[in-house]
Amino acid sequence: MEKAVDKTIITVVGKDTVGIIAKVCTYLADNHINVLDISQTIIQGFFNMMMIVDLNTSEKPFAECAKELEELGEVIGVTIKCQREEIFDMMHRI
Amino acid sequence: MINIWEVHETNKMIEHENLDVRTITIGISLLDCIDSDLKRLNEKIYRKITTIAKDLVKVGEEIEQEYGIPIVNKRISVTPIALIGGAACKSPEDFATIADTMDAAAKAVGVNLIGGYSALVSKGMTKADEMLIRSIPDALCRTERVCSSVNLASTKTGINMDAVKLMGEILLEVAEHSKDRDSVDCMKLVVFCNAPDDNPFMAGAFHGVTEADAVIHVGVSGPGVVKTALEKVRGENFETLCETIKKTAFKVTRVGQLVAKEASRRLNIPFGIVDLSLAPTPAIGDSVADILCEIGLEYAGAPGTTAALALLNDQVKKGGVMASSYVGGLSGAFIPVSEDQGMIDAVTANAITLEKLEAMTCVCSVGLDMIAIPGDTKASTISGIIADEMALGMVNQKTTAARLIPVIGKGVGDTVEFGGLFGYAPIMPVNQYSCEAFINRGGRIPAPIHSFKN
Repeated sequence: MEKAVDKTIITVVGKDTVGIIAKVCTYLADNHINVLDISQTIIQGFFNMMMIVDLNTSEKPFAECAKELEELGEVIGVTIKCQREEIFDMMHRI
Repeated sequence: MINIWEVHETNKMIEHENLDVRTITIGISLLDCIDSDLKRLNEKIYRKITTIAKDLVKVGEEIEQEYGIPIVNKRISVTPIALIGGAACKSPEDFATIADTMDAAAKAVGVNLIGGYSALVSKGMTKADEMLIRSIPDALCRTERVCSSVNLASTKTGINMDAVKLMGEILLEVAEHSKDRDSVDCMKLVVFCNAPDDNPFMAGAFHGVTEADAVIHVGVSGPGVVKTALEKVRGENFETLCETIKKTAFKVTRVGQLVAKEASRRLNIPFGIVDLSLAPTPAIGDSVADILCEIGLEYAGAPGTTAALALLNDQVKKGGVMASSYVGGLSGAFIPVSEDQGMIDAVTANAITLEKLEAMTCVCSVGLDMIAIPGDTKASTISGIIADEMALGMVNQKTTAARLIPVIGKGVGDTVEFGGLFGYAPIMPVNQYSCEAFINRGGRIPAPIHSFKN
């Protein structure tokens, strides 16, 4: 049986440069992580991107993906955070 | 589906407004450890604590990482030790060995504090209760992580004035034992009226006898989040003010509920309660006093402070109650002096006095908290301050507490440094007139008339 969707929110915040989305998406594709939704905007002059992804399709555990994405962020010069979706759902949905 | 603005709002609260979960506390019953042999008792206690709480820190850190929410403290509370040690302990020194065991167990599982070195004496003291109380100075001095509390009064039983008198003396002894370190051990000791069985916050946490074998309680926080939300409604009327606090408290508490449920699931220990408290820290922007200022006061302590705090406390509860399936513990705004930069500023500016703080404790949780007083304060005067606080709790049917720090060798005008989350405090003046004859009467103050509801 297929595992249920395990939604994780990836946020990318930092100075806008060429190729941020491409680099993050390449990492996700390489690790078989399916992207469910992407939105992007500029908040107070900073590049802000939010992706909703399904980590269940990846072989790597959450902690490892989070760490590797954080390291990728350091290379690109942005902050990348992974958080499980429930924290946002709990706070913003009754 | 969740949108980018909602994600941004949550992460802004965490990154810039000090939103955190203040503590995950496992309450552990030690009733099944009772033994008449002291050595065996200590072994059983150590084994039970280190077995049940062995994964607490690891699970706490996993939740922190996966949800991106800091969980500041992981802690343990146990059944009041006076009940557990009664059969084995023949002297205060025997009781102190149990404190050693608790300390060792706390270190073994990596929690920063363990509460429950406690006695419940609101009506009378057993021999064991008295021995435990007399062992407190030694126990707190030779351990690092053990916290102690004594319940001296309740609405149902009245105030045990013999115990109030004794605690005044004990507090000075604790101060004397740690006088080379600014009497810091006093911050690990608190006295209560109507102490809750399920409080996750130290120093007053213990695992009540009405509780299950093991249970998870979570204490949320977030004064900075409330303060920031209120900045956007400056000058608006009370309706808008209250709605804003309520909505913010709801959001903060939901995070606590999530963490509590997750911790409970992963540790396979039942979920107890979420404690809806606004708990400040000395960090800038994490202050309850700053919220009072944002509501419209120049300093905490100005006229209007009690009303503003009453409103704040009530709205936090109204917002929080809907956000959690079970609410308990202390649940309200904390007003410690040393742990709140805004409160320290108010003391330094002479805007707030001990008497005003006492009035504020009528409308919020918990009581006179982390207040440094001159080291030459008489034991009977300390007992008098405690008795006043107990009377407020008894008559108003609420929890009140006192955590005073008489700093040996220091007086008004001096400052004491407690370190870390405990902050620092200017020493506050105490009313100089005597209450010795009152305290020396002995016996107990009967329960108030409105406690007879049967």
